[in-house]
Amino acid sequence: MKDIREDIAWAKINQDVLKSLENPRKLYWVIVFCAMAVFSVGLGCEIYQYNVGMGVANLNNPQVWGLYIATFIFWIGMSHSGTLLSAILHLMHADWRKPIYRFAEAMTTFSLMTAGLFVMVHIGRLWQFYYSLPYPNERGIWPNFQSPLLWDAMAIFTYLSSSVLFLYVGMIPDLAIVRDNIHAGWRKKLYSALSLGWEGTDRQWRNFRVTYLTIACFLIPLAVSVHSIVAGDFAMSQQPGWHVTSFPPYFVAGALYSGCAAIITLFIILRYVFRFEEYMTLPILKKTVRLTFAIAMVWTYLNAVEFASVWYSHDQASKDVLIQKATGPYAPFWWGMIFCGSVVPFMLSIKRFQTNIPVLFAVSLLLNLGMWLERWMIVAPTFSHGYYPWTWDHNQWPSMVQWGMVFASFGWFTLLFMIFCKVFPSVSMYEVKEMVYHRKLHAAKGGNNSQGAH
Amino acid sequence: MSQRHILALFNDFEEAEGAIRALRAAKIDGFNFDDLTLKSPIEHHEVEDILGERSAPVQRFTLVGALMGGLLGFFLISGAQANFYAQMKGGKPIVPFPPNFVLTYEMFILGGVFVSILGFLICAGLPAKRSPLYSAKVSEDQIGILIKAEDKAIEKIKSVFVTFEALEIQEEAGK
Repeated sequence: MKDIREDIAWAKINQDVLKSLENPRKLYWVIVFCAMAVFSVGLGCEIYQYNVGMGVANLNNPQVWGLYIATFIFWIGMSHSGTLLSAILHLMHADWRKPIYRFAEAMTTFSLMTAGLFVMVHIGRLWQFYYSLPYPNERGIWPNFQSPLLWDAMAIFTYLSSSVLFLYVGMIPDLAIVRDNIHAGWRKKLYSALSLGWEGTDRQWRNFRVTYLTIACFLIPLAVSVHSIVAGDFAMSQQPGWHVTSFPPYFVAGALYSGCAAIITLFIILRYVFRFEEYMTLPILKKTVRLTFAIAMVWTYLNAVEFASVWYSHDQASKDVLIQKATGPYAPFWWGMIFCGSVVPFMLSIKRFQTNIPVLFAVSLLLNLGMWLERWMIVAPTFSHGYYPWTWDHNQWPSMVQWGMVFASFGWFTLLFMIFCKVFPSVSMYEVKEMVYHRKLHAAKGGNNSQGAH
Repeated sequence: MSQRHILALFNDFEEAEGAIRALRAAKIDGFNFDDLTLKSPIEHHEVEDILGERSAPVQRFTLVGALMGGLLGFFLISGAQANFYAQMKGGKPIVPFPPNFVLTYEMFILGGVFVSILGFLICAGLPAKRSPLYSAKVSEDQIGILIKAEDKAIEKIKSVFVTFEALEIQEEAGK
């Protein structure tokens, strides 16, 4: 089966994608409404926590990070999917990524914005957020530049701003298409301003190509550095269970894994909601599924490495934390993580499930549940069972305020993402045209067009 | 001699390529080949190659931006750490290189990305005003050739476009 039909007319590509800005299925509005409702719950929780104090979150010693930081890592991880599809696969000339990379890039941006919220929420005193910024002040006090937490803030700022620019620059030719086709009104003005007067001249394309490639080259090491630094928040501490050298690659693999699983979920939703069956095809879904399975196996292997290095390290405190995870109060969640993260992905290896949309939708949600549990199981068990027995507390449970904000983050992300897809083209029109054009040329030369031009 | 713009739209790259080659070979008096602009819905290396060597110096901006970003990052942090000359550090370095490397690295990338975008805007001439002749078909499925030439060359250029089956020819009104 072909990734995409090479006989689709370019004008039809424009029409189909532009239709997504006007007329989605009713399910779109249902999703937006649900997302707003869920987000409102979290907003209420934050207002309550802000007014009453951090005590309502039940964040007390030893559980000082709780669900907030676990969910923060989850959303940072989710952001890596966009870089994988838009930068890594771009450099590898994998042209099947072209119809789906735009929404993956948008995912990157919105998941980073969601992650950033958790840093603020976790601080509690929102009005003192500026204390963490490196600026000269009259007290002569700077943040601790040797702390991975500051590196984290800088890495996330760099990643977010670079991702937003990468998303925007990659969208300029499509914004010009929308500008040329949309009726007069505020949207016409918006697209005219954002497309910067793009006309597709050879000078513009030439510089566009070089810029896009250059930023892609920057984004790959940046994405790796971001999650390595997040891993450093843990691995550079002396806490049992965290002081492991394999943490950075383990975090990066986990990030790519959860990002790929989320791409499958959103692929299925967008395909239906915006009637993108012609572009988000089953062969492309199959390739994404296979990629996800490969990354799932890497993650499983790194998990095993982590357990083995703790087990054979003769570090009794770390070993105790591992045993606590498998047999203590967190055991159902820890085994849930193993099941969702390492066993469920085997469904993806079965050929007939690789294009079965209901199965893939359910599996992708389970994979992300597993990845969220993974982050929680990194944070909570170590805090509950540290070096000193008098600090142990195995029964401290996150309050409803914490749970409310975790659920709300999904609403916030979904809301931003769905608004983006309604306002901006979520399929890259010019890249799909390129894909169709190259496949047509390749077919004319007698090549196997199911393999694509590359 | 006054100059005017003329825009021809073609159905595909082959026809546009043929017209560009013919225009180059024709050596029409009053028409400079560098004043030819190709407009297309996708980037097309082959046709761009016929236009000859036209530079895309964005990467020079990238290099400068990345170096400036890295240096700014390192000296900003080191400058802040120099406050600690007044404090006891217990024999530890005042400017420790390994942790500073991380932030320098992030600033290197940040500078590289920001200045690349700036370079892109400068080199691509964006934001730009709409050209005197423009067709929305160029963003859909047709290839446009926009030429700025002297009045005396316009008819000859038009005949080349007609030979290569231009779908539409637009001319700027004479002054």
